[in-house]
Amino acid sequence: MKDDQPNVLRPDLYAIAEMIQTNEKVLDLGCGEGTLLRYLIDTRQIVGRGIELSEPAVLACVRKGLSVRHGNLDEGLRDYPDQSFDTVILSQTLPYLDAPAFIVREMLRVGQRAIVSFANWGHWRCRLALLFTGRMPLAPGLPQRWDMPPRARPLTVRDFIDFCAREQIRITRSIYLGESNRVLRAARLGENIRVAIAIFELK
Amino acid sequence: MENQNSLGNTERKYFTFAEHEPMPLDSGETLGPITLAYETYGKLNADQSNAILICHALSGDAHAAGVDANGKVGWWDDCIGPGKAFDTNKYFVVCSNVIGGCQGSTGPSSLNPQTGKPYALDFPVVTIGDMVRAQRHLVDALGIEKLLAVAGGSMGGMQVLQWTVSYPERVRAALPLATTARHSPMLIAFSEVGRQAIYADPHWNRGNYYDGARPNTGLALARMIGHITYLSEESMHQKFGRRLENREHFGFDFETDFAIESYLHYKGSRFTERFDANTYLYVTKAMDYFDLANGDGDLTQAFARCGNIMYLVVSFTSDWLYPTYHSKEMVSALMAVGADVTYCNLQSTWGHDAFLLEVETMTQLISDFLGRVVAHYGIALP
Repeated sequence: MKDDQPNVLRPDLYAIAEMIQTNEKVLDLGCGEGTLLRYLIDTRQIVGRGIELSEPAVLACVRKGLSVRHGNLDEGLRDYPDQSFDTVILSQTLPYLDAPAFIVREMLRVGQRAIVSFANWGHWRCRLALLFTGRMPLAPGLPQRWDMPPRARPLTVRDFIDFCAREQIRITRSIYLGESNRVLRAARLGENIRVAIAIFELK
Repeated sequence: MENQNSLGNTERKYFTFAEHEPMPLDSGETLGPITLAYETYGKLNADQSNAILICHALSGDAHAAGVDANGKVGWWDDCIGPGKAFDTNKYFVVCSNVIGGCQGSTGPSSLNPQTGKPYALDFPVVTIGDMVRAQRHLVDALGIEKLLAVAGGSMGGMQVLQWTVSYPERVRAALPLATTARHSPMLIAFSEVGRQAIYADPHWNRGNYYDGARPNTGLALARMIGHITYLSEESMHQKFGRRLENREHFGFDFETDFAIESYLHYKGSRFTERFDANTYLYVTKAMDYFDLANGDGDLTQAFARCGNIMYLVVSFTSDWLYPTYHSKEMVSALMAVGADVTYCNLQSTWGHDAFLLEVETMTQLISDFLGRVVAHYGIALP
């Protein structure tokens, strides 16, 4: 699901990259073909690791000179000792998880902090699409219809904030990207309606 | 298809050591002198940093690549040579026959200097650890302080893991392929059936057959059992199906009906031309004893000193002899000690043999991984 153009990062990945310090130890969950990890190694000299389910994507990562563990997130995360990374990243994968609470907790066990990004089904276009067309809206930037794989469970920014409160996970930073991928100055929850992609730092 | 990137003719060399002081073995016994047959491909660079040791599996030998004096192509020629996975334009590749072997290294068919006759069962039982200890003497003699990588599949993979456990300071990267960190009861069971086939051959004569008829029937049967375990149900379907061999209809007799039977007979009988039955006993025993966790189940203890080694672990979906979870178990333990581990469970229908047959994917994985190791350590390639 990741953009594989060399040196051109998807906007949410770019925003995530901006949150990473030089020399950090970073684990990317569902790292795809390793675009973000490669970028972070090249620009921030991080020590990077990935977990990825798809065999061709794993091979592409190895081709990029990355260290990747082939497998699903549950068993992949289980292998890592407590607090063995500075940052654990989950980009645009949250709606596809069977057990998001478990994975987010595991991320915070393995890493000092977690960074999670996802498309917001609460965007006003989604709301209007459902209201006026009577059809399930597509999430911003995701072309998947409801019947296309992988199976996704739509969520909104508000849902995620509620989820973190329930799970007693602290949101330490939030970055909201609007439709044109510009960063929104959106501290107020009401702005949720303009958010296309949300990025949260969790601790 | 003619191999355009072959190394051409390769030469078997010999290294003898432990002439004055025998090498201690895990069993408490000692062995000496010891000769290792080995081959090398490519050139060692100025600071001896581009050496890769290849470890062979149960039936393998030192002839891993190129063509030997008898015109035989090496067992991993698909992956070793100019431009191949283990690119001999870049790396100095070494492969030696294990001790206990029968292809030039000291084993039960070698002459016991004390009696002037073949050792037979007087040859001490050796372990994977002993095989690796002997290889270390060879690596020392070649002037290699630190191996760029150690690689191998199946029993070769066990030696790879043993290398990183026994001599972590001498290995930069390890490629254990289609293997396990401890031989499972099922594997021991198959080993034992193979050994029983040999024991049951009247020519075996408790190992003393070197001046008479050899226990070829038993050895061939052991090999046939082995071959079944290297395939998968699916690959047998693809390769043989229920096809009949040289007949149109069932024979309603006890001659060979099916292609799979004929294949096993052929493989079994060919094996007896090049392999020694006693070596089969010793090498399978060495595998059965292999358990890096030393019986207590804790692999992280075993790998405690391996945190600085880069690993490429590969398993294959249809390998039921060394199932995926064996590799996952070692990956977990290696990650727990902080090692840099790349793990790939490759989709394949070929069963255990996949590590030799999935050439295209393996070539990509291995060459990319070695490229990263070279970059990481700033190795100057020739």
